Amino acid sequence: MIGVAPLPSRTLRVSALAGGRGERWLFADLDFVVPPGRILLLRGPNGAGKTSLLMTLATIVRPFGGTIEIEGRDPEQPIGAEIGLFGHRPAIKPRLSVGENLRFWTELYGGDVGAVGDGLDLVGLGPIGALDAGYLSAGQTRRLALARLVLSNRPVWLLDEPTSALDKQGESLVGALIDRHLDRGGLAVSATHQDLLLRDPGRVDTLQLGETA
Amino acid sequence: MTAFLAVIGRDLRLAAKNEGEVLTLVLFFVSVGVIVPFAIGPDSETLRRLAPAIVWIAAFLSMLLGLDRLFRPDFEDGTLTLFRHARLPLPAIVGGKLIAHWLLTALPLVLATPILALLLSADLETFWRVVLSLLLGTPGLAALGAIGAGITVTLRRGGLIAPVLITPLAIPILIFGVATIAPPAGAAGSASAAGLFLAAISLLLCAITPFACALAITAGED
Repeated sequence: MIGVAPLPSRTLRVSALAGGRGERWLFADLDFVVPPGRILLLRGPNGAGKTSLLMTLATIVRPFGGTIEIEGRDPEQPIGAEIGLFGHRPAIKPRLSVGENLRFWTELYGGDVGAVGDGLDLVGLGPIGALDAGYLSAGQTRRLALARLVLSNRPVWLLDEPTSALDKQGESLVGALIDRHLDRGGLAVSATHQDLLLRDPGRVDTLQLGETA
Repeated sequence: MTAFLAVIGRDLRLAAKNEGEVLTLVLFFVSVGVIVPFAIGPDSETLRRLAPAIVWIAAFLSMLLGLDRLFRPDFEDGTLTLFRHARLPLPAIVGGKLIAHWLLTALPLVLATPILALLLSADLETFWRVVLSLLLGTPGLAALGAIGAGITVTLRRGGLIAPVLITPLAIPILIFGVATIAPPAGAAGSASAAGLFLAAISLLLCAITPFACALAITAGED
């Protein structure tokens, strides 16, 4: 069984964070802490800055001000090696098979390459591991990206609309995978419009963006 | 190390599934050699004299043609973003992609030079010099192209800007590349010196490109 061993314990601490895209400020003075085993949901209307905040947390976009710390991280490793990003763009190559895609990313992310088959089974793509990834539907592509997220074994998950394009089963799969990630001591930040199907509402926090009172 | 090889292997495998792209470059390279005799006339003495320059210009143009493929598909599907979280640092990933890029865009040209040499009625000695100078110079061209591609990948029409950007910078490679094949008159014996310069330029460019390119990609996505 993959992805059951405890993850290294990390805490995401954000203080006085301000950011946006280009010249446009989308959020400012954000302070929050996400301890291990908890998930922070980002809520807000379209354009409120949820994706921008996730990209800032992912160190892809530079913040305008403030700090992002992942406490307890290995100082020898770059900060990106703590992060698993599950975003809009799939980064799945057509013409490579489903299995080849997953194997490539698992190698690059330092995950367990031997678990690629189990990873595909986990997200329901086991029978089509040899299929050209260009033939996958949008939902299946998302499932493949989910498998990559699980196999990359990162303690900090940044999820952008994780249930988009997925069917009902897929939605409960996302919920179950997040639950298991939190059980292992991982933490997550997720932008979402729909309620995620999580087991324990006690470990969910919510941050409302884009609504200035 | 396995991750580094995985980067090279993935690009090679993608190209193998899409072999038309490599073939297009080679055909373009050869067709430049085919049309030049029509433009400057069939006099084989003139052709022989101009052969080194023609080969280098053909190689340069063909490599410009393949430039946009280096990063753009990876940028568009989000791969470049996810590269940022890999265990392997971004400069190492870029280095791996650069090696694959050279294998896919430069090596086929070197292999196609016999056809061009024949068309331009070059003798055997010139042919070997052409092969040598391409082997020494194309890594530099590929590296230079990668910097251009990295800088322009986040621009919408960047594919057209990169060649304009790097053309002036490629002048030293063209000068020493041609001089390696046919030293300028009055400088007999300087061919090997030109070859050493060419190798030095290529080494320098290959050493700085992974870092310059990674920096350009990081800044571009911001």
